Amino acid sequence: MPAVAETLDTVQAASDGGYKWGFETDIAMEYAPKGLNEDIVRFISAKKNEPAWLLEWRLKAYRHWLKMEEPDWAAVNYPKIDYQDAHYYAAPTNKVAPKSLDEVDPELLRTYEKLGIPLREQERLQGIAVDMVFDSVSVATTFKDRLAKDGIIFCSISEAVHEHPELVRQYLGSVVPPADNYFACLNSAVFTDGSFVFIPKGVRCPMELSTYFRINAKSTGQFERTLIIAEAGSHVSYLEGCTAPMRDENQMHAAVVELVLMDDATIKYSTVQNWYPGDAEGKGGIYNFVTKRAACRGARSKVSWTQVETGSAITWKYPSCMLLGDDSVGEFYSVAITNNRQQADTGTKMWHVGKNTKSTIVSKGISAGQGQNTYRGLVKISPKATGARNFTQCDSLLIGDRCGAHTVPYIENRCATAKVEHEATTSRIAEDQLFYCRSRGLTQEEAVGLIVNGFCREVLKELPMEFAVEAQKLLAISLEGSVG
Amino acid sequence: MLRIEGLTAEIDGKQILKGINLEVPTGEIHAIMGPNGSGKSTLSYVLSGREGYEITGGTATFNGVDILAMEPEERAASGLFLAFQYPVELPGVGNANFLRTALNSIRKAKGEPEVDAMAFLKLARTKLKALQMSDDVLKRNVNVGFSGGEKKRNEMLQMALLEPSLAILDETDSGLDIDALKIVSEGVNAMRGPNFSALVITHYQRLLDYITPDRVHVLMGGRIVKSGGPELALELEAEGYAKVAA
Repeated sequence: MPAVAETLDTVQAASDGGYKWGFETDIAMEYAPKGLNEDIVRFISAKKNEPAWLLEWRLKAYRHWLKMEEPDWAAVNYPKIDYQDAHYYAAPTNKVAPKSLDEVDPELLRTYEKLGIPLREQERLQGIAVDMVFDSVSVATTFKDRLAKDGIIFCSISEAVHEHPELVRQYLGSVVPPADNYFACLNSAVFTDGSFVFIPKGVRCPMELSTYFRINAKSTGQFERTLIIAEAGSHVSYLEGCTAPMRDENQMHAAVVELVLMDDATIKYSTVQNWYPGDAEGKGGIYNFVTKRAACRGARSKVSWTQVETGSAITWKYPSCMLLGDDSVGEFYSVAITNNRQQADTGTKMWHVGKNTKSTIVSKGISAGQGQNTYRGLVKISPKATGARNFTQCDSLLIGDRCGAHTVPYIENRCATAKVEHEATTSRIAEDQLFYCRSRGLTQEEAVGLIVNGFCREVLKELPMEFAVEAQKLLAISLEGSVG
Repeated sequence: MLRIEGLTAEIDGKQILKGINLEVPTGEIHAIMGPNGSGKSTLSYVLSGREGYEITGGTATFNGVDILAMEPEERAASGLFLAFQYPVELPGVGNANFLRTALNSIRKAKGEPEVDAMAFLKLARTKLKALQMSDDVLKRNVNVGFSGGEKKRNEMLQMALLEPSLAILDETDSGLDIDALKIVSEGVNAMRGPNFSALVITHYQRLLDYITPDRVHVLMGGRIVKSGGPELALELEAEGYAKVAA
């Protein structure tokens, strides 16, 4: 039917031709030689002037990684990755740790401006603190001084290694141990930069914290590491965004994010993932293999993951919650779009260990073109987690007849008093919905946008306002009015 | 003025409309009555541009402009409105947002400024009041969980907001109880005026007790077989389609 064909074009235009972030910044760069071996690990560690313990930690991870097998259980297909054929470190050469934005290379500021992140304006007007990670290094962090007044630490992880070694040493790898999985282990060996956040006891972070990841250099991988520690009674909302130039090659992004929550702490972690997805034929694009996990160690702590995954050729990502403290709460809200040849295998793990722990999972998968979208989730309830509750809802929306949606929920319940609910639906954008909208004056694009927006609404409303706008634009949709 | 001449259309190779000739002058309300399968819904869909119908001959113009060549949204912008027999549900899409998006799309197409959320809310409340509807309807998702009557009233709310110059009401009365029927009729009657015309498609005469048409046409076997004044509807009700058309 022609309307479906038009819809496909619309979606294609929105994510393929519409990849506006695909430019390249021309800036002098310094690289590690191609390849991966112990010398490269030492090279990275030396570049960052790291203490001996961290180099040892990396080397141990690297040696373990050599013994591991790349996992193949996810519903994604890609040619074998040659781990020797990439640079594991790439950084702008004239990097002297800038004290303020005035000292940042103007070319980099222009890059972030082009990406829609006018740093100076954000600093002045919007009050969002931003850490910018460009390839392997953090190039600037705003609002550090203001945050320090409340005892909040917000800096790059490389800086934290030097300035707050006791915290880094205590918590690094405590949630995601180096041997956790193949990609986390690789990250532990070669991670280059990322953000570090520490919110002291009882402090409510006065502004949104945000990290913007940019892959720019050719033939590199980005291995960032983020660590957020929320002490008792603290509260923080953290956002991350990511983009990359359009290239014919596949580039690897293997990140690790660790969150630690003490009693009554809350972390809201939001992601808009917009790595380059590859072209319509599936050439190029980022391989996104990410391990994200939160440890709710304290009672009544609460972590909320919200992700909008629109980019990447391959997404392999399961932001998880270890609900250790009694009455702790884990939430996972996800929108994943796969178009053209994109493949996503994403979901979450909720481990209920503490009593009366609660988890909520809302996953919205949208498949178009020849995209393949898999929800994979585990709800695991230990015998001690009396009164635990989980609610899971997985909805899939199909656009066209060449895409696929798959739902793979695992439930392991070993506690008789726990309640676990799972709901799942699969639907298509119906011809009559499109016609209904168009007969009211909406264009095809507006109609698709409105319907997709409606489908994702439960997830999008979880995003902080600043990100919701970007996310909705990304979904080629209009903002829901202030009414209703 | 809506002018249809020799309109033929088919779906999946089966001819449904076999040469429709019809004129609805501006300011008039015409009723189209006919038994099931006579082509009533096909006519409304063909006029509003639904996919899947192949127009094999004839013309349809609205104020002299060929509407058959237009996209559905262009027809809407030119003043055409279709009230659906089965209004469609849009899960997750707020009614207020939908209505405002529709209104602004049409205003934009006409080169008029868009209305902001506050102005829209004010406008919507006026229309809701006239239709004896609660403000809550704006907060609900489009037609989701609406009763049959609520859906039809929501169609009337859309019509009142979009202020079309030609409305096609496709069996808007089906599934309505008598109170809802009155409200819907009042909605149409309130629009009545020198710049509004309507094509009321119905199976039964009872809607026409509340909306008095200027003309009544009998559609059977894909053709208009008889036309007359409002009394024709009563005749059909009393004697049946077969006899009247014979």
